Amino acid sequence: MTDNVYKRALTFANARLWKLIHVDILLLGALLLLMAGGLVVLYSASGEDMAMVERQGVRFCIGMGVCLGLAQLPPKYMRRASPALFVFLVLLLIGVLLFGVGAKGAQRWLALPGGLRFQPSEIMKILMPMMIAWYFSDRQLPPTFKEVLSVLALILIPVVMIAKQPDLGTALLVAVSGIFVLFLAGLGWRYIVSAAVLAPAAGYALWHFMHDYQRQRVLTFLNPESDPLGSGWNIIQSKTAIGSGGLYGKGWLEGTQAQLNFLPESHTDFIVAVLGEEFGMLGCGILIFSYLLVISRGLYIAGTAEDNYARLLAGSLTLTFFVYMFVNIGMVSGILPVVGVPLPLVSYGGTSIITIMATFGILMSVQTHKRAR
Amino acid sequence: MSRRHQNFRNYRKEKTLTQSRIIIAGLLVLLLAGVLMARLFYLQVVQYKLYQTKSDENRVMLVTMPPPRGLIYDRNGVVLADNRPIHSLTVTPERIKSLPWLKKTLSGMIDISQDEWDQFDEKLKEYRRPYQSITLKSQLTDAQWARIAVNLYKLDGVQVEAQLTRYYPYGKDKAFAHSIGYVGRITSKDLERVDKQAYQGALFIGKTGVEGYYESTLFGKAGIKKVEVNARGRIMEELSQVNPVPGKNIHLYMDARLQQYAYDLMGDYKGSVVAIDPNTGGILALVSKPGFDPNLFVRGISYKNYSTLRNSKELPLFNRALRGGYPPASTIKPFMALAGLEYGFSSWTERYFARGYYQINPGGRRYRDWKRGGHGWINLQRAIIESVDTYFYQLANKMGVTPIHDFLSRFGFGKSTLLDLDGASVGLLPSKEWKRAKYNQPWYPGDSVNIGIGQGFMVATPIQMATAVSAIAARGHYYYPRMARTIGGKPATFQGDSGGVHNIILKDQSNWEKIVTAMSKVITDPKGTGRRLQGTDYTIAGKTGTGQVFSLQDGEEYEADKLVKRLHDHGLFIAFAPVEKPKIAIFAIFENGGGAALPADLTKKIFDAYIDGKYPKRYDYLKGKNQ
Repeated sequence: MTDNVYKRALTFANARLWKLIHVDILLLGALLLLMAGGLVVLYSASGEDMAMVERQGVRFCIGMGVCLGLAQLPPKYMRRASPALFVFLVLLLIGVLLFGVGAKGAQRWLALPGGLRFQPSEIMKILMPMMIAWYFSDRQLPPTFKEVLSVLALILIPVVMIAKQPDLGTALLVAVSGIFVLFLAGLGWRYIVSAAVLAPAAGYALWHFMHDYQRQRVLTFLNPESDPLGSGWNIIQSKTAIGSGGLYGKGWLEGTQAQLNFLPESHTDFIVAVLGEEFGMLGCGILIFSYLLVISRGLYIAGTAEDNYARLLAGSLTLTFFVYMFVNIGMVSGILPVVGVPLPLVSYGGTSIITIMATFGILMSVQTHKRAR
Repeated sequence: MSRRHQNFRNYRKEKTLTQSRIIIAGLLVLLLAGVLMARLFYLQVVQYKLYQTKSDENRVMLVTMPPPRGLIYDRNGVVLADNRPIHSLTVTPERIKSLPWLKKTLSGMIDISQDEWDQFDEKLKEYRRPYQSITLKSQLTDAQWARIAVNLYKLDGVQVEAQLTRYYPYGKDKAFAHSIGYVGRITSKDLERVDKQAYQGALFIGKTGVEGYYESTLFGKAGIKKVEVNARGRIMEELSQVNPVPGKNIHLYMDARLQQYAYDLMGDYKGSVVAIDPNTGGILALVSKPGFDPNLFVRGISYKNYSTLRNSKELPLFNRALRGGYPPASTIKPFMALAGLEYGFSSWTERYFARGYYQINPGGRRYRDWKRGGHGWINLQRAIIESVDTYFYQLANKMGVTPIHDFLSRFGFGKSTLLDLDGASVGLLPSKEWKRAKYNQPWYPGDSVNIGIGQGFMVATPIQMATAVSAIAARGHYYYPRMARTIGGKPATFQGDSGGVHNIILKDQSNWEKIVTAMSKVITDPKGTGRRLQGTDYTIAGKTGTGQVFSLQDGEEYEADKLVKRLHDHGLFIAFAPVEKPKIAIFAIFENGGGAALPADLTKKIFDAYIDGKYPKRYDYLKGKNQ
């Protein structure tokens, strides 16, 4: 009986209609589940601010439009456009460094006519894996040493520029998305092992490039109690929120940490603490499970993709999506330093939703443009 | 290297390579998701209790509401300890720009002493919930308050809070400091003996006097509000509230007008006056001169003021009425007489030839009488009237110390009978055991002889003397001395039966009337030592005393003008009036007063005032409404 239902579901998912309109219904379903849950938590985290929930809903719709739009575009066009787009975006990053606007001592945006602002580094999260995947698309895998070096150079150019804005979090994520392509392309294990060995040295070097506030974040991560009212406050309060939620949580809108403002940035980066407090470990488990649904579908799409470009791109985008989730929940629960990474599709915020939905558009495109077997 | 030259690519192999990497990545994803779940399990299940507690500590705050302190009134409803609102400058450290900014800005507006900054810095270091304010300067003057108030808009994090503080309306006149006592800032030592939670919002605690003894009564019960607060310390919701119970008002036996009058009558002399109502044991006046202004301590006394008080040679902080140990001198004689009668060593009829001196053994040391030629043939009554030293020398010698000790202790000597003030000294009522323990010496007959006239080892405090006099006035039917008459409108009660009557029953109860007669003749007899008290429309019984500050050597003469004032004799006087139905019993001592004349004159004025209402007009402000 259950077997039958499962088969039917698959049949439904593979239905010709979905393929025709280039929608991967399983991925879409998992995403909608996440978004709906996210809106429920956001309503509580925003202090029952319906306007904020509506704005987020509007972003979801725009994101969905971008997603479905991109899904119509066959991967081969993406491949062809990749290098030109990459170069164009690098030029924009240079533009950001020269004419950028921003806040809190960081220049991240380009001002567009009509009062709009545009953050090139955000797009780079997609274009980086596109570029590297393009690089490998007509090369034989696994990469040679020379190719590895070239790819690292390609990765480093935008990463350094983003780090200079300064936006270390995005820079690292962009780097990671490129490195994922390298890994999926079959990067030799000896490189991986040597990188693991060299990482501490790199970390030391990185320390010297860090701004004071970035160093403070790392120090606070290592010992949050050292400054309970200052920079340690966030992490102490988020751990308290999550821990006091227990197995089943205090109930929706009943989280005292969140509702009494003990929890900072509760609707943006720390939203998972609200979830943990109000819905407990059960709620967190469902959230993580939903992410795993999305990710497993993404990895399946990557594994069954038709060519190297699509395979590498889809794999890297999926893994990067996981990294967002892992870094965010890791930082809010106190096992990773506080870096400004939102929880994808749940945290309140504009640009990241659009880029994330764009990646799923690419995944759908990869999935739905396969030639029929 | 050779791979480069291959012409065809194995796409299948490449696909498998990437797929295997995807599987590895997928496994890593599962592993890391497992790490997250493990972390959540640790926080939400293993450490659930800890974080639940932390969360509650965050949100629930107990706000203590200090109760208004009970007031202290005299017997006629004159307020001696009052509450009045003051304004304090408080600072919320989280809201100020910076500490240096605060110091710079505030010091431009009002004077804040280094002391106050130091205390502030200290409190800043202590644990405190975020956004809880700290008092920087209490008791702003109106001018200071005004200056802060107009600048408040640019003083983020600075507030002016109104609180009730203690105020002693007649503090400046210094007469009440030793009886009413005072409140002061709560120290960490004070907090060890009280409930910390209850005193959380309180500024003061009773330190001495009635304020100190009745602290818990006057304080009342702090109210506790359980509130839910947000992260900025703002109260979001009241969870529960227990209202404060105001402190109880205390009405004293003390007559403020009498107290102030007696204090002023001491003039520039040091000393003490204690007046007791023999019918109740109620203390009508409790003067220790010099006094001080207790308001100084409420405001937080400056170090300079304190050391001035502390180091003054006149010892204004020393409570002479309770702790001053004086030789009773001749004022002990009526008690000695009663002891002699009680134990059969003396009788009213037996005659004694009083020479100018007394010797225990012929040819031994001469214990001299105050009258060089002696008094001739006398009896016990005359011995009291003329204060014949030699009579009491021989009586004490005959009795020995043990009967004296046992009998005098029935009057409260050698112990503290004061019911509701702390810190009273027990004086010294010597005994054989005491001398053995203290000096490892036997009791000598000479020791008894000295005690016979209230000198030697014997030491009594003014409150003890006044109590003993009240016992004679009440014919043995006396009460332990007490300050409080009513507490919260109900008669003050005391633990056990110590507050009740203490009856001294003599073997021959008629001796009470006889000793009273003798003491009234001290005043009325032409040769009576207290004859300067004659001319009142009521009757007085009393006894004079002259206390030696230093001992004259055998054969030396006391010549006042050759001695520095510090070595002049103390003048003492005990009395009660009216004789038939006493309303007031008194003990007065003028340190280095030279003799009993000064305390006797004081006593007459006090009696005129208390019994006949003959107060100087200038004391009308302390009259109260009940008279």
